[in-house]
Formats: sequence, C-alpha cells, structure tokens
Amino acid sequence: MTGTLAAKPAKNRSAWRRRQRLVTPLLFIAPAALLFSLFVLYPIAAGLKLSLFHWRGVGAQTWAGLGNYHELLADPVFKTALVNNLIWLALIPAAPVLGLAFALLLDRKTRMMQVARAFFFLPFVLSQAVTGMIFAWFFNADYGLLNAILQLFQLPSVAPLENESSAIFPIIAAHLWPQTAFCMIIYLAGLAGLDPALEQAARLDGAHGWRLLRHVILPQLWPAHFIVAMVCIVSALRSFDLVFVMTRGGPYDSSNVLAFYMYEQAFLNLRYGYAAAIASVLFALAAGCVSFFLWHMLRRER
Amino acid sequence: MSGALRLQGHARNALIAGLLVLWLLPLVAVALTSIRSIEELHRGEYWSWPAETMLVQNYAEVLFASDTGRFILNSFLVVFPAVAGTLLLAVMAGYALASYRFRGNLLILALFIGGNLVPYQILAIPVRSLIHDLGLYDSRTGLVLFHMAFQTGFATLFMRNFIRQLPPSLIDAARVEGVGELRILLYVVVPVIRPAIAAVAVLVFTFVWNDFFWSLVLTHSTAVRPVTAGLQTLRGMWLTSWHLSSAAAILAALPPALLFFLMQRHFIAGLTRGVTGD
Repeated sequence: MTGTLAAKPAKNRSAWRRRQRLVTPLLFIAPAALLFSLFVLYPIAAGLKLSLFHWRGVGAQTWAGLGNYHELLADPVFKTALVNNLIWLALIPAAPVLGLAFALLLDRKTRMMQVARAFFFLPFVLSQAVTGMIFAWFFNADYGLLNAILQLFQLPSVAPLENESSAIFPIIAAHLWPQTAFCMIIYLAGLAGLDPALEQAARLDGAHGWRLLRHVILPQLWPAHFIVAMVCIVSALRSFDLVFVMTRGGPYDSSNVLAFYMYEQAFLNLRYGYAAAIASVLFALAAGCVSFFLWHMLRRER
Repeated sequence: MSGALRLQGHARNALIAGLLVLWLLPLVAVALTSIRSIEELHRGEYWSWPAETMLVQNYAEVLFASDTGRFILNSFLVVFPAVAGTLLLAVMAGYALASYRFRGNLLILALFIGGNLVPYQILAIPVRSLIHDLGLYDSRTGLVLFHMAFQTGFATLFMRNFIRQLPPSLIDAARVEGVGELRILLYVVVPVIRPAIAAVAVLVFTFVWNDFFWSLVLTHSTAVRPVTAGLQTLRGMWLTSWHLSSAAAILAALPPALLFFLMQRHFIAGLTRGVTGD
C-alpha cells in the first residue's frame, strides 16, 4: 500500500483522507448501532406499541386502545405488584447507606483490607438466581439458618416467605445483599478521589467524626451518590430473578412485582398485549429516573 | 479525637472480621449444606459440622449424574462468543465516539446508555418474537446475539470514556502521518487500552453468565439452557435433596466468582471507571 500511496498526487491523497475521516466513524459505529437498534431500541418501541393491542402470540393482533390500561387500573394483582415495587423503592436506600458505611470502614490501603473488600463484594458477582436460592433457604421456616439462629437465642421461629403480609421483605433483603456490595465499591472509588487538603482544613477547624462526614466527605461524593441512586433504582425496578426463585410471586400474589407479573401474563397466560401494558408502566417508572440521569450526565459532558 | 471514622487498628480489624462473617453467612450456609450427607439432612441436622463430609460424592453426583454439567457447558458456550462479540463492537464504536467530533455523537451515546438502563421487561416480547422469526428460538446463537446487542450499550460507553482519556497527541500524530483509521485503531489504540478491554471482558462475562431472565425467555431445552435457568429445573427435580441443589448452586456461582478473584483489579476498575467516567 505504501508504494502506491506515495505515487498519488498530493491533492487526491488529502481528499481520500478527508473522505475516510467522514465515513470511518460511521462504519465503526454501524455494527454496534445496528445490533443495538435491532435488539434494544426497536423492541422498546414495539413493546410500548404492543400495549395498545390484544394478542395471544399467534394470529392477529386486535386493537385495544387504552383497554389494557383500563383493565390494569381495576386489577388487584397489578395494584399489589405496584405497591410492592414502591415499597422496594422506599427500602432501597438501605443499600447506599450500608454501602457507604462499609466503604468508610474498609477505606485503608492494607493488604488485609483488599482481601476483606473482595469478600464483601462477592455477593455482587453471584447470579441473582443463585442469590434467590441462598436466601430462600436462609429464610425457610423449617430448615433455614435464620430460624436456627433464632432458636439459639430461644426466640420464636419466623416464616416470612410463607406469610402474605411479609413475603416481599425477604426478597428485598436478598436484593440489598448484592446492591450494598455494588454501592460499597462505587463509594470506595469516590473516597479514593477525595481531596485531602479539604479534610485537613476541616480538622484544623475542629471538625471530626460525624460533622466531618456530613460537611466535608459526603458533599464531595456527589458523583458517587448519583451513580448509586440511578443503578439502585433501576435494579430494584427490573428485579425479576429473586421473585421467581424465592416465591413465584406468592403466596397468592402477595409478593408479586411488576417485572414478575409481566412475565406471568406474557409467558404463562399468553396475554401479550396486557403484559406489554404492565411492562410499559414499569418502563414509565424507570424512564423518569433514567432521563434525569442521562440529561444530567450529558450536561456534565458539554 | 473520637468518632466512627477513627476506629483504631485492632478494634477496626475485629469489627471487619465479625461483619464479614455475618455478611457471608448465607453463602457459607449453602456451602456447608453442599457437603452434608442426605442422611443427616433427613435427620434434620442442618447446622452442625457434618459427621462425614461428602464433598466429592455430592459434587460428583451433581456433575455426572445430572444435567448440571450440560447446563454449565451451555453457559460457557454462550458467554465466550458474547464477550468476544461485545468487545469487538464496543471497541470500534467507542473509538469512533471518542475520537471524532460530529453532530449526534452525544445523542448516539445517550441512546446506548439509555437503552441499557431500561427495565428489560419491555423488550421481552418483541425480542422473543424477533429471535423466533430469525429461526433462533431455543438456540445458543439467539442468546449470544441478544447479549452482544444489549451489553454493547454500556461496553461502548466504557470504551469511549477510556479512549477519551488517552493523550490526543497519540491519535493525532498517527493521523498526521497519514495512517488509515483502521490501522490507528488496531496498532495505536488497542495496545494502549488493553486494561479497559480486560475490565469490560470480565464485567460482560459476569453479567452474561449471571443472566436468568433471557435464558428463561429465549431457551427451554436442556441442550441449550444455561446454568442459571437450568438450576431451577434441577431444583424442581431434586426437591428436598438440598445437598445436591446447594452443590449445583455453588458450581453455578463458581466461574464468575473465580474470575472475579483472579481479575479483581480489572473488575473493580471496570465498574468504577466505566460508570463514573473518570
């Protein structure tokens, strides 16, 4: 190639190069963009559109307009699922709080700390399907470790997964396990980037302990707070594996959530339009948070 | 000076050790059950140290007398192509987004990120129909294709952030020399971003291996199903043989866990740098 390149007149060479500069980015992005559009962007639109139809998976789709949504409003399982999602969102802040606490505790450069951090982080690398099994066993009324420990202290046994009023809580606890680990890692990275001069100045002013945390450390961790909030919210909304593995939404749909209810309606009841409506509600819940995050992130980029 | 932040040496270490034990207790419980004999389980002895440890017997039974081995193999057969494909797409797209200024650059990036952050239930039915229409339902190829497409979103963001941090003179110098863009990517950029590639590889491996929802939606036969979904089938079969279910769960969790311990630095760097962008 080099031989022929040298032989081209200078004007042609720079025109070729300029064309290459315009076309190449498009060529490089194309495969990723095409695949992503086909399997992610188009399906989002298709899913939203499907919510306006009735469909049983085979045959024609019949127009439903807002019929599916009207049905949702009167559906008690939908209401339970939505409430459970909201409870979940209300409790998810425990993950950042605990994660930050762990990060503050483990924020030392020693070898032992590194090992400890790795083990604290382990829950995040497990599949939620496995985590669900671990906690289903942990909370089991007959052979669960929780009851074994309660027995040790001569406390009465509990059966949280078998009780309609409490079934959602062990599931949320199981979700907090890996989420806390994730928050811990993000906060550790944030703590590593703190400005030591600010802390020095504050200590000289007599600040320590809790006040130091609130006025010097926490404000500097703002980027970490942001990431953690977004990821925890989206993770809580999309969580399906745990419900499937631990309770299948039971007992009697008391621990159902929108993500699982959608799956049931689509793949067990073959009501695809209805399921799409449920998914659209879930999407709308998440879209608000996601747009805010994107807008804020892109503003930082400018 | 006192306060929670100033817990001294030994007290701090003791607290951490104690917390760690509590933190991992549910996992340890499962590991313990996996080496217990069925007789002890029937007698209701769950929490004493096993009289005889059945490590080899239980794990052998799980691996060789059940479909666990097949499921694990399926997971590997899905994960490796998915990681390779994602890296290929993400490096190219990330390079383009990082090193060219053009209108729509940020919009494309926003779409990649936004698409990744939605609850994927909205995608479920259309993607399943699409995979089915492509003749790829209940195939590993279908799973690989979807995972490649989905993971490319965040992987591209990560690569783009990383490449943007390279000294601009690196790429500019090559361009001034008249080197073609593909050659710049292959011979100038890729060698320098190897840590980022390692980080993304480890993260994508973990996310794809641990996926449960799509394994459930896009596959159903034992010949194709990855271990996360397969595990549930086995559980239904093994009912009260918790020693076997535990062992299978541990086996399913091992590959990402081992990979994480081996590649800790990369994993954590991937999460923090890719997500926070610095």
